[in-house]
Amino acid sequence: MREMRTCEFRDLGRAGYAEALAIQKDLVEQRKQGLIPDQLLIVEHPHVITLGRNGHRENLLANEEELRRAGIEFHPSDRGGDITYHGPGQIVGYPILDLREWKRDVVAYVRAIELVIIDALAEFGIQAGRLEGCTGVWVNGRKVAAIGVHISRWVTSHGFALNHTTDLKYFQYIVPCGLTKPVTSMEELGSHAGRDEVAAALARQFAKHFQFEEYTGRNACATTMETIS
Amino acid sequence: MTDVVMPQMGESIVEGTLTKWLKKPGERVERDEPLFEISTDKVDTEIPSPAAGVLKEVLVEEGKTVAISTVVGRIEESAGNGASAPAPAAAKQAPAAPPPPPAPSAPTLAPKAAEPAAQPEPPLVAEAPSQPPAAAAQADGDSQTGALSPLVRKMAREYGIDLRQVKGTGGGGRITKQDLDAYMSAQGARTMAQAGAPAPPAPAQSSAPAPAAAPPASRPAAPAPATPMPRAEAPRARVEPMSTMRAKIAEHMILSRRTSAHVTTVHKTDMTKIAKMRERHKTEFQQRYGYSLTYLPFVIAAAVEAIRAYPIVNASIEGNNIIYHNEINIGIAVALENGLIVPVIRNADEKNVTGLQRAVVDLSTRARSRQLKPDEVQGGTFSITNFGSFGSVFATPIINQPQVAILGVGSVEKIPVVVDDAIAIRSVAYLALTFDHRLIDGAVADQYTGKVKSILENWSEEVL
Repeated sequence: MREMRTCEFRDLGRAGYAEALAIQKDLVEQRKQGLIPDQLLIVEHPHVITLGRNGHRENLLANEEELRRAGIEFHPSDRGGDITYHGPGQIVGYPILDLREWKRDVVAYVRAIELVIIDALAEFGIQAGRLEGCTGVWVNGRKVAAIGVHISRWVTSHGFALNHTTDLKYFQYIVPCGLTKPVTSMEELGSHAGRDEVAAALARQFAKHFQFEEYTGRNACATTMETIS
Repeated sequence: MTDVVMPQMGESIVEGTLTKWLKKPGERVERDEPLFEISTDKVDTEIPSPAAGVLKEVLVEEGKTVAISTVVGRIEESAGNGASAPAPAAAKQAPAAPPPPPAPSAPTLAPKAAEPAAQPEPPLVAEAPSQPPAAAAQADGDSQTGALSPLVRKMAREYGIDLRQVKGTGGGGRITKQDLDAYMSAQGARTMAQAGAPAPPAPAQSSAPAPAAAPPASRPAAPAPATPMPRAEAPRARVEPMSTMRAKIAEHMILSRRTSAHVTTVHKTDMTKIAKMRERHKTEFQQRYGYSLTYLPFVIAAAVEAIRAYPIVNASIEGNNIIYHNEINIGIAVALENGLIVPVIRNADEKNVTGLQRAVVDLSTRARSRQLKPDEVQGGTFSITNFGSFGSVFATPIINQPQVAILGVGSVEKIPVVVDDAIAIRSVAYLALTFDHRLIDGAVADQYTGKVKSILENWSEEVL
């Protein structure tokens, strides 16, 4: 058996993309040096469209001026995947894990993240699944959660974005992840679950699938994560 | 020299895409400093350098997908012994090729390459030190086709390659894209040898009777290298992933073919009146608006007016219902550098020729600079494609779903025609209407196209 593994959960509440990126960077550095245990950050971003390093600019269907007018920030990003949108009503998770302590397998990691979200959605009666060849979490051919990850020396950053009560009209500005498939949200699927409930379910499933024996909550804002412990 | 290999980032992973070199050849790198990035299934990974030294060679270019353990570059640990390592440029991207007759190889990527390949290095990867032990056991088994990547399967299908003839060098003896590339190069070399040609860099080999195993011979050869290269290294084809736009176009075209019962009817149309009017107003129009007056806005105006008489052409099908659209929104096919987009002129029936010309110029300009808004490419109810501007006399366009008809405009050409038993010179264009025969009967389609023709032939309204 492996030794006791710990994960810290931090709910950052509402945070700008650049701000959250800086926090991630800092934590990744600390994680690499072994100063902190694995982390799961939960955050909600203001309207922002981000483009992965290998993304295609043509999947952005509006120019930057139009985005500015619509109140949307544009941000290139070093995660995997193509273009995506973040905004209010979306629950974004940034796990910062040292995969050497779990599995040295990036594909297994992405599949596990999918499973975390699928099982969390199941807690709210939503039957979600995978779509062969299309990373992410899907409900009846609609994408409810997107995944994009960056790894450096087996330490992960970036992560997933689950549409909770996201206003889906903002996705019209992009071809999400380069796919011409529709998006959906928990709300659209008929769920009335609150944001903190969903975040707690994600944290719970996260701990289960990544086999954390111990987890602690550290809250940057008022929302509580105690339900998970 | 230390080999830099494509790492295995997980059990099930057999290949990775090298997305970015973080160091250039000749640059110094520290041990564990990020050296390049790879991408696998939504995960970007920085790969640290296995040694400290100078990045000597880059053997795998950005964007290439290679099997795990493939040597992607080499690092020279100390600066002193450089001269002894000539660049095996020939091996650049053909791991494990059955060694072709060693021709003098041209140095390509390596920064200095003192003397060209006195001793070609052994094929890359062949030794594959970090392969799982299973590799050797079934390297030439022929039941391995189950473990192929979709790309490999697709390539084998496309080029008609018998996979049992291909040696796999990937993890577990799997056949990778590079193995196929190498195999095809080798086959190409063999074809050349049979033809006995001295092999200048030209696609001359197609005349040689190709052995059955080398169907690529019938394909157009890949771009010929500028400098003479060893024949075996010239790739027979270039494989690149579709852009999102291309994938969407492909999907849409097939969807449309599957959905509609396409029939095309062609009406010869006398454009002389329009041509004359255009001639009259050309200069003034250009001066007044800053762009030229083309035939297209006249055709749009005529198509729109004819739609009023035959609204079924402006309809769509939903289940067993016919949706007659009250708005007439005309999609205009615009050719882009690498694709096609169909921006929409909304309420085209409310615009005159000048307004239509302005809309065409505006939409096509912004389409080419990718400045269209999402709702400007949606909601079309009928489309027009102007292949005549590329010199086509007539073509059979594909319907833009969920519409039921598309009008293609051929080039306007002066030809001799018989008018009142005399031969006259007239400006003539072919109008091709592709319609969905599920909804539109041939007679209606011809009545509609005839109406468009008659409006154009009897045009009297002045433009300016």
